[in-house]
Amino acid sequence: MIVELGHFALILALLVAVVQAVVPLAGAARGWAEWMRVAPVAAAAQLVLLALAFGALTHAFVVSDFSVRLVAANSHSAKPMLYKVTGVWGNHEGSLLLWVLILALFGAMIAWRGRNLPAALAARVLAVQAMIGVAFMAFMVFTSNPFERLAVPPVDGQDLNPLLQDPGLAFHPPFLYLGYVGLSTAFSFAVAALIEGRVDPAWARWVRPWTLAAWMFLTVGIALGSYWAYYELGWGGWWFWDPVENASFMPWLIAAALLHSAIVAEKRDSLKSWTVLLAILAFSFSLIGTFIVRSGIITSVHAFASDPARGVFILAILAVAIGGALGLYAWRAPLLAARGVFAPVSRESALVINNVLLTVSALVVFIGTIWPLLAEFLTGAKVSVGPPFFELTFTPFIVLVALVLPVGTLLAWKRGNLARALGRLAPVAALALAVAGLLWSLGTGRSLIAPLGIGLSVWVLGGVLAELAERARLMRAGPAESLRRLWNLPRADWGKSVAHAGLALSIFGIAAISAWETEDIRVMRPGETAEIGGWSLTLDSVERLPVGADFDIPGCATSSPTGFGFLLALFRETGPRNFITDLGRFTLRRNGEPVAGLCAEKRLYPVQRMPTTEAAIDSGWTRDIYVVLGDPQQDGGWAVRSYVKPFAVWIWLGALVMAAGGLISLTDRRYRVGAARRAGAPAGAVAAE
Amino acid sequence: MMRAAVLAFALLAGPALAVQPDEMLGDPALEARARAISRELRCLVCRNESIDDSSADLARDLRLLVRERLLQGDSDREVIDYIVARYGDFVLLRPRMGGANLVLWLAAPALLLAGGAVAVLWLRRQGSRAPATPLSAEERARLERILKDG
Repeated sequence: MIVELGHFALILALLVAVVQAVVPLAGAARGWAEWMRVAPVAAAAQLVLLALAFGALTHAFVVSDFSVRLVAANSHSAKPMLYKVTGVWGNHEGSLLLWVLILALFGAMIAWRGRNLPAALAARVLAVQAMIGVAFMAFMVFTSNPFERLAVPPVDGQDLNPLLQDPGLAFHPPFLYLGYVGLSTAFSFAVAALIEGRVDPAWARWVRPWTLAAWMFLTVGIALGSYWAYYELGWGGWWFWDPVENASFMPWLIAAALLHSAIVAEKRDSLKSWTVLLAILAFSFSLIGTFIVRSGIITSVHAFASDPARGVFILAILAVAIGGALGLYAWRAPLLAARGVFAPVSRESALVINNVLLTVSALVVFIGTIWPLLAEFLTGAKVSVGPPFFELTFTPFIVLVALVLPVGTLLAWKRGNLARALGRLAPVAALALAVAGLLWSLGTGRSLIAPLGIGLSVWVLGGVLAELAERARLMRAGPAESLRRLWNLPRADWGKSVAHAGLALSIFGIAAISAWETEDIRVMRPGETAEIGGWSLTLDSVERLPVGADFDIPGCATSSPTGFGFLLALFRETGPRNFITDLGRFTLRRNGEPVAGLCAEKRLYPVQRMPTTEAAIDSGWTRDIYVVLGDPQQDGGWAVRSYVKPFAVWIWLGALVMAAGGLISLTDRRYRVGAARRAGAPAGAVAAE
Repeated sequence: MMRAAVLAFALLAGPALAVQPDEMLGDPALEARARAISRELRCLVCRNESIDDSSADLARDLRLLVRERLLQGDSDREVIDYIVARYGDFVLLRPRMGGANLVLWLAAPALLLAGGAVAVLWLRRQGSRAPATPLSAEERARLERILKDG
């Protein structure tokens, strides 16, 4: 009964979305206020209906209603409650329901904040938003219905893919979807602006917070996914250039470019049509990402739910949405004339360089991702494009972005002084070169990675500090005056500095782990000790725990790795284990002193008959010790893989710092509710610099 | 469904770790070369995994083959050529620079040059345009008012 109510709510939401897609658009075209006013009501109704549908599906999973096909295929009565709930989106249909729920959430939020927008613009934005909703809800109702019943319910379910039975599933997909789908707002604003044929600084100011929020969520989502892969897949890889990872990375790159170009559109009334194009592209890449994930057209480790037939439907959505938006763009963009002008050396130009680099790098990732498909289509040859290709072609872009970044932040708007900016950065450059030279001469790195990467991170981080010092007039004004100036910097500027510092930290972590990671593979018998890079690791014992053993094992502080453990601890598995465990207990010592007790697990899920590894990680600011228990050997020993991963946590901490920068920027005064209205008429209301 | 079950059994039988201790070569320099080569080769039955990362049986066979060739004195190049001769270009995670793949390899520099050129042209064009749009009648009136008040 509840399932049918959810099903009904989904269909009703689809119908409401159809109304929302048509009526406000007509109202805006004719200037009928009553018709435009339908939009916010419909947006709220959609949210309520989809929340009901989602709640109904969650209920079916929680009570293990195996008469629902989706529950039978993806759940099991003995699965821990956490994974019954997160399993709702651990499959194709359920993840789509989450997708449209988040779309409706953004729609309702635009409607709520839309009271500060011109009525026609708000109506058009919500109508476009509803069109996306129609496409995806129709896709669900006609090809991927989560509420389908089985005539003969099975006794028990087939369980969730064991790799997904992890706290990571609670966070990674929702954040990723908040990011993916959040970019729909920028898309809707862009299409609405094209329909109106007008983009002004106020438009850019309305779009930026939505883009910022989506980009933040995407950053966190990608970082969580990367960390999940790091601890779950058993060898500590954190990025694989897998098509599905690329699918989330491309919109991230384009959204980052959009954030930067929207600043120029807002403050300088230039780069407008480019900003609109980026807004369309960002969401287009989200849709392409959805297509890649959902169709399974490009084989990848993530394709846990793939079906080519559905791919055709999504391809049609893709063609209409992207083709339509780009067509509209080609037709209307010439109306968006730039008004602000600037010299070749200026902050604007630096942001243009940033945009070229980010956009081209996203296109390169895109071409690399679809090349196997394209090559097979064109020449019939089967080729693979893997990490070695992407590392070689993508890295130069990040190097260039990082090189230009500090210079750009020190250039003035309109007309900058390059010599002066470089002069301010001279000490930073000297420091970065010194660090790089030192690392090079020490020769500890296997290659150029360490000197280049760490030198760059010093350059970017030093550039951030140099810019703050410049803004505070450090050394020239008194300390009190400098402090006052820093305090009074707009939040958006603080956000920028923090986000750029986060980039520097991530580059640092990536360079350090790439250059200095050490690996050890050997057979160990209980009681034996291995020396790994200055640490000694003792295998104390290996024991087998049956199904039903408690999740909490005495002597193992937490079965989840530390580091981000504070986050994972919120969603710790509890109760009986739904798998067989081989538990290896290790003691890590430094100079004879015990540092940590480590519990590495091998799990065997009886329902899906699939093994997984749970690495034991002792996480620290300067290194992670990463231990994996392998197979038993004939002589009573166990294969053990252990790694010292220097500065690993900084990869993800850097990403979180970037997202924090976005959050700080989002609290800037000019994005607050009502700010647009107080700032006066849309045109000409450029925020005072 | 049947296929999934077979696959699950294969996984169950197969090792849970990629490179096994018994595979490794005694000579650390040779082993390091074997690892580097392994990272360039795709595990053919896996989804986007190198043979170095994969726990599939076929990946193990390939790893052993790589080491066997290295022990026989092959250069890195020769080992890779040997594997490609048997399994085709699909096994390479870094596609060969030649033929249709040139498009892939040249995409990054070509797009960067094109993007840079467009940006430079646009910057020069917009920089040389007349400084800003002239004041509107309303703005001119306001300016006059301000000047008069001053």
